[in-house]
Amino acid sequence: MKLLLKGGRVIDPANQIDGIMDVLIAEGKIAAVGQSVEAGDAQVYDVSGKVVTPGWIDMHVHLREPGFEGKETIWTGTRAAAAGGVTAVASMPNTPPVADNQSVIRFIRDKAREAGWAKVYPIGAITKGSLGEELAEIGEMQAAGAVAISDDGKPVSNGQMMRLALEYAGMFDLPVISHAEDLKLANEGYMHEGYISTILGFRGIPSVAEEAMVARDLLLAAMTGSRLHIAHVSTAGAGEMIREAKKRGVKVTAEVTPHHLTLTDEAVQSFDTSTKVNPPLRTEEDRQALIKGLMDGTLDVIATDHAPHAREEKEMEFAYAPFGLVGLETLVPLVVDRVINAGHLTWSEAIAKVTCNPAGILGVPGGNLGVGKAADITVIDPEKTAVVRKESFYSMGKNTPFEGWELKGWPVMTVLDGRVVMQEGRLVE
Amino acid sequence: MINWQRKDLLGLQDLTADEIKLILDTAGPMKEILFRPIKKVPVLRGKTIVTMFYEPSTRTRTSFELAGKYLSADTVNLAMSTSSVQKGESLKDTALTIEAMGADILIMRHEATGAPHFMAKTVSSRVINAGDGMHEHPTQALLDMFTIMEKKGSIEGLSVAILGDILHSRVARSNIWGLTKLGAKVKVVGPRTLLPEQFRQLGVETYYSVEEAIKDVDVINVLRLQRERQKKGLLPSMREYSRLYCLTRERLKLAKPDALVLHPGPMNRGIEIASDVADGLQAAIEEQVTNGVAVRMAILYLLMGGNRDEVAA
Ligand SMILES: [Zn+2]
Repeated sequence: MKLLLKGGRVIDPANQIDGIMDVLIAEGKIAAVGQSVEAGDAQVYDVSGKVVTPGWIDMHVHLREPGFEGKETIWTGTRAAAAGGVTAVASMPNTPPVADNQSVIRFIRDKAREAGWAKVYPIGAITKGSLGEELAEIGEMQAAGAVAISDDGKPVSNGQMMRLALEYAGMFDLPVISHAEDLKLANEGYMHEGYISTILGFRGIPSVAEEAMVARDLLLAAMTGSRLHIAHVSTAGAGEMIREAKKRGVKVTAEVTPHHLTLTDEAVQSFDTSTKVNPPLRTEEDRQALIKGLMDGTLDVIATDHAPHAREEKEMEFAYAPFGLVGLETLVPLVVDRVINAGHLTWSEAIAKVTCNPAGILGVPGGNLGVGKAADITVIDPEKTAVVRKESFYSMGKNTPFEGWELKGWPVMTVLDGRVVMQEGRLVE
Repeated sequence: MINWQRKDLLGLQDLTADEIKLILDTAGPMKEILFRPIKKVPVLRGKTIVTMFYEPSTRTRTSFELAGKYLSADTVNLAMSTSSVQKGESLKDTALTIEAMGADILIMRHEATGAPHFMAKTVSSRVINAGDGMHEHPTQALLDMFTIMEKKGSIEGLSVAILGDILHSRVARSNIWGLTKLGAKVKVVGPRTLLPEQFRQLGVETYYSVEEAIKDVDVINVLRLQRERQKKGLLPSMREYSRLYCLTRERLKLAKPDALVLHPGPMNRGIEIASDVADGLQAAIEEQVTNGVAVRMAILYLLMGGNRDEVAA
């Protein structure tokens, strides 16, 4: 089976390509990229006017399986990915049971392979049960397919444990992904501590709760020489420390979410529980600083922190609702409309943050349209305008703060290993 | 303004000065009813008022119930479990039940900010916020303001100090919104662990010294201090709090000679307020209770479409 994507604007930052070209796919791999590629017996898709990029990689996703199948499953989560133009996700280990051993890692990979909607790269836990007390079997998990380790959602509070994790993971060149939050300083808060939390009488999570932990982890990364990745950076101060550490040569990378790039704590005044996320939506100043960090390369990756919850879990008092929002099906239009169209990044710069950069950090294939690579491709219609409608999400989670947003620039085709899995927003069943 | 336009009363942050004045102006004639031999007018006959208190508060609930009864409404108290959501039914299911009952007015207190707002969006009954988390307690602030108006004639230009645990106080927040909208100068004072600096952005002055704060003020509103603040480490001891912040006779002398002392109750005598001040001539704490009924009558009446001039006649 051959496919020819004809006449699109191919943007492949890994190979410094940006131009009107054809992409030929054969046997699930990229066979040729260039001008006027001969179609032969290939099925031809006219993608003129569209943007053709390597398949997007979302390196921060909660698929919820095993254990929380009422929120999402590997099947529904990877379908949401395909629908959203995402061909690979890295799954966070905070499931019951925690992905802290090779069996759970294998289970996730097997389930994902059976589903066949997107590639899933499991992230293993740093500590057993993510309890922060004993290192998990990191070597075995890597052998089983884990691409990084993280106690996301449950920060490693014990500094000594984090040091050991960095040293140990360093032997395997696995990045340690830090959910940077000092739980004592966070003080069981549920939104950013500032003016809005003051008038609402909501318990606040101060910026220092994140920054204190980023500072600690940067010091430990410098000390150990191991690779550290800071998840969901949300404050101006955290961004500044990462920028400075990079200058000193610390092996640190960092990600930012679309919601921290587009929303502030003002949104919480609606009492919409889908604005309750951790780290919380911060201030306009922080948002501007994150955009700056994205522009100057301090922030390497855009990742969603896709965190689905059952309807009834979110339909309640703000204080009691769980943290998290869904992001897979709004990632592409938010990046195109609010990052590229807004003039913060060029197409090529933005595409790097969701393709080759996360692939490089995780050491996974993909994010690259080189000949011979797996044919994972996202096709975007930069002119398509549509309104976000959560009821049409493939994800089981409907907890989006973007409901009703009109955005320009949507994924119109997803190709996974040479197979068209999504067209015009609908999955190809 | 003569008529009330909103479906609900959720807080003072959203209200205009005119809306606040409408309530205060309507409370005057309501208070007269309270001094009649037969304290009952038929204006809400056939209307059903449901009270739903997730936090126990006999005072506020009784005040609302009396207000409803004096206006001839039927009042029903739904006994709610006071613990949080894990037990019992969800707020959404409760809302659906309320909707099916067809209550005209729902009066709700909840420990979580925004719970009455959630309810107001979900049910067609009119919703009155009787206190949500640390957010707002609009009827308490309105009765405080009504008491100030009665004693001082007007709120505009007055200097009002709010003393105590500002951080955790919905009474403080609602008072700040209401008083500043009506042109008072508001000073808030308390220990720094209970007074975040962000309060300055609400257009009030913040003080850590009670002596500085109450100098020459017209009104001092003293807040109740919860003992659990000490357990959470926000205060070293109740003793030190009372040494630094208790409104004593000596401190009261720093305010204007005719300064009015308010307290939303129940009081911790000797902790936030000295007994001789609480029982003294400048305190209007018992009158606040009477005024609470009058103000709540005004709110119930206006929410059900009543017109200020009708009741005044
Ligand atoms: Zn996290």
